[in-house]
Formats: sequence, C-alpha cells, structure tokens
Amino acid sequence: MTALMTARGLELRFGAISALDDVALEIHPGEVVAIVGESGSGKTTLLRVLAGMMPPEAGQVLYRGEDVHAMGEAARRRLMRSDWGFVHQNPRDGLRLRVSAGGNVGERLMAAGARHYGNIRTEAAEWLQRVEIDPARMDDMPEKFSGGMQQRLQIARTLVTRPKLVFMDEPTGGLDVSVQARLLDLIRALVAELGLAVLIVTHDIAAARLLAHRMLVMRHGQVVEQGLTDRVLDDPQHPYTQLLVSSVLAA
Amino acid sequence: MMPAIRTENLGKTFTLHLQGGIRIPVLRSVELGVAPGECVALSGPSGAGKSTLMRCLYGNYGAGTGHVWVRHAGREVDITSADAREVRAVRRDTLGYVSQFLRVIPRVPTVQIVAEPLMARGLARDAALAHAAALLARLNLPAALHGLPPATFSGGEQQRVNLARGFAPGYPVLLLDEPTASLDAANREVVVALIAEAKRAGTAIIGIFHDTEVRDRVADRLFEVAPLQDAA
Repeated sequence: MTALMTARGLELRFGAISALDDVALEIHPGEVVAIVGESGSGKTTLLRVLAGMMPPEAGQVLYRGEDVHAMGEAARRRLMRSDWGFVHQNPRDGLRLRVSAGGNVGERLMAAGARHYGNIRTEAAEWLQRVEIDPARMDDMPEKFSGGMQQRLQIARTLVTRPKLVFMDEPTGGLDVSVQARLLDLIRALVAELGLAVLIVTHDIAAARLLAHRMLVMRHGQVVEQGLTDRVLDDPQHPYTQLLVSSVLAA
Repeated sequence: MMPAIRTENLGKTFTLHLQGGIRIPVLRSVELGVAPGECVALSGPSGAGKSTLMRCLYGNYGAGTGHVWVRHAGREVDITSADAREVRAVRRDTLGYVSQFLRVIPRVPTVQIVAEPLMARGLARDAALAHAAALLARLNLPAALHGLPPATFSGGEQQRVNLARGFAPGYPVLLLDEPTASLDAANREVVVALIAEAKRAGTAIIGIFHDTEVRDRVADRLFEVAPLQDAA
C-alpha cells in the first residue's frame, strides 16, 4: 500500500532555534500517528508544515505524490476542502462563531459541492447527533456552547466531508478531564469507523496511547524515536523518551 | 511440524538512561519454537524474565538481538524488525496476547471491548457482539455488566473481560500471562476448557501459569527461563 503523505528532509529555523531538523515521516491510509513532545519541541510546527500552512526552508511534503508546497495556494485550499481536515486546539479557530451550529457543518458540505438545502440540513443534524450534540440546538450559535461542545462541533464540521487525512493539534488541550475522555472516545470511534488517516499532535501521552497506532517523539526539532505506540511507550530507547514516559502520573 | 511462532537467538537488555545508563540484561540467546496445537508453559523463578519474553514475542518490547518469527498469511514475519503497520496486521489476524491487567478505555462498554478485535477482522457488528456476549457469559460475567465500561469491575471480572477479548478471535498464536491469577475455581475450569479447545483448533499457546495445577493440565511441555546471573 502506498503512503498517503510522505515528508523528507524538512528543515525550519526560527532565528537560532531549530524547529525542524531533518524530519521525515510517512502516513498511510487509515493510520493514526501521534506526534508527542514538550512545548517548543517543534511538533505543532511540523503539523503546520505538513498541512501546507507554513513552508519549510528545505525538504518536501508529498500528498499522493504531489508536492504540497509547490502546488500553489488555490490547489492547497482545494485539498483542505476535499481531502483534508484540520482540528484546531482552540475550537474558535476552526468554527465560525456567528454561524449556527448546523450552518458550521453545512457550510463545509456546500464548500465540497453539496447544493440541496434539505439534504445538507439532514446530514448536518445527523453529524450533530454523532458528536453527541442535541440536533434541537442546530440553530444555536456556537458562542453559547461549552468548550467541549464547541470542540465536538469542530470535529463534526471537519469530518462531515469525509476527509482522507485529518490533522489534529492538541484537540483535547484546555478541556476538563471528564470532557477530554468523552472527546477521545468519540475521536477514537469515528476514526475507526471512517478509516481516517490522522496526524495528531499532543503532549498527552495517555491520549496518544489510546488513539495512535504509531508514535513519533520530538525534541528540539528532531524526531528522536518512533515506532509502534505501545513499544515506544513500554520500551522507550531514547533518554528523552524514557524521561517523558517516566514523568507521566499513573491515576 | 512448522512452528507457528519461534525465536532465534533472542536477547533483551534494558538500558536505563535515567539511572546513569545502567544496563540490565534479561534474556540471552532464547531459542523457543511452538507448533500449532501445542501449549508451552514458561517456567522459572519470578524475575527471571518470563513476562519480558512474552512482551518481546508480542512486539511490545523491542529485541536487543535476534528475531521473533510468526507465521502470518502464509509466511514468517519477524516481529522485531517488521514495521509498525505489519505488526498491527499480525496482531489483528494472527497473534493474540492476554496481559495480566486490562487497559480500560473510558466509556467503552465491556461487550464492545471484547467484540472490537472481531470487528477489526471484518466480522459484522451484530455477529461480533453476539459472539462477545456468549463468551462473557461462559466466563460467568453477568449480562447486566456487559453494557458497562469495566473501569469499576473487580480484578477478577476485569481479567475475565481480558480473557474473553483474547480468546474471542481464535488467533493462531496466543500468549497468556497469568490467565487464572485472580479467578475462582469455577472460572479457572472455564479457562482450562478454553485453552483445551483452542489447542484442538490448532492454536499455538505460550503461557505463564503461577498455578501449577492448571499449568500441568494444559501444558504439553515446559520452557525454562533462567535468570541470567545464575545461567552465567
């Protein structure tokens, strides 16, 4: 099976700081890959470079063989509408707060070509239900929703067009623990059901274990260790991974 | 007969970077092969490395030296060097592992935890859930508990959920780490029967059994895992 996305030789510096130092990775259809590491390790930068939101200084990102940074803005935007999804840490960055909940979901469908109002509304309602939002709240503004609800709405908005590859940047960051568990379970179920490929950036090791098939550990812009999630976490080889794993509190 | 799983010069040493890089050798030159339908019990004192060997066989631990060959889809795959996607495929179709403790997933009901590996192999949802419920019932887990997440279950109940999840798919190779440790006599009998049935169906089983009576009833032979200091 060929890779959906391949990146190699990625380099990016912010002044004296190396944000990406010769980073390479592959992601295959249906594969969930977690990128873990502390703040400043370069993991969010990597996600943004892979999603075409920020160009690298060197290296290539290929999506189904096409160079993401050479294809031009319009082609990238088209990919974002058709093949990709991006779930931001702060749902306010991924939602339109003055458009109704149903509108937020329907808008993505329309951008992807749906035209029939009734069908769009029906599908939006279905998706609200899937992310456990009462469809009766379809016409409410997301401004009125709790943080956890907004995040679930962002996930519905992202997944409604059935993307092949979804980028997630700390999707559970900033939420209460009980809300996190619900969200993680929801993401886990949807990803398995839809067979999505997901690149998820998180500093939450437990979340990564729950969701990811494979894991990359980043430090100072380098991937210091990668492999099967349970092997990286249970038999870490690199000193930094050993530190990261031993620092997690067991509940 | 061609082994379903075999090791070749398998060695494992842990390097603890946070403790000044101290190296702890646990396994050296392990040569173990298990045929379809055979049950091999790992023996040796506690701390000898039996659980470490099991984890290496499952690919949960990497190997320092050597290989772990598993017969999968008509060929042998080396778990120690296969890429993550191939290890996942081997675990989905061929290699099962019942650990001592259930890793609980928040909010997921018991019956679904057991049915998941069946659905991953393509069984329809309803059939998978029915099979899971039947196996849980056989392990004396009341139907009233099937719809609840096992987070609040007792140790013995969680172990039975774990056992049901491990036995349900009928893996060609099954690793059992203390499968009867916290079970009462009646459930121990169920596990002994499940192991016997799996063997008849051609499953290669490697187990760690604290309970020597259970061990002697299910194992065809013992495989000695000696502490390295003594072996040296």
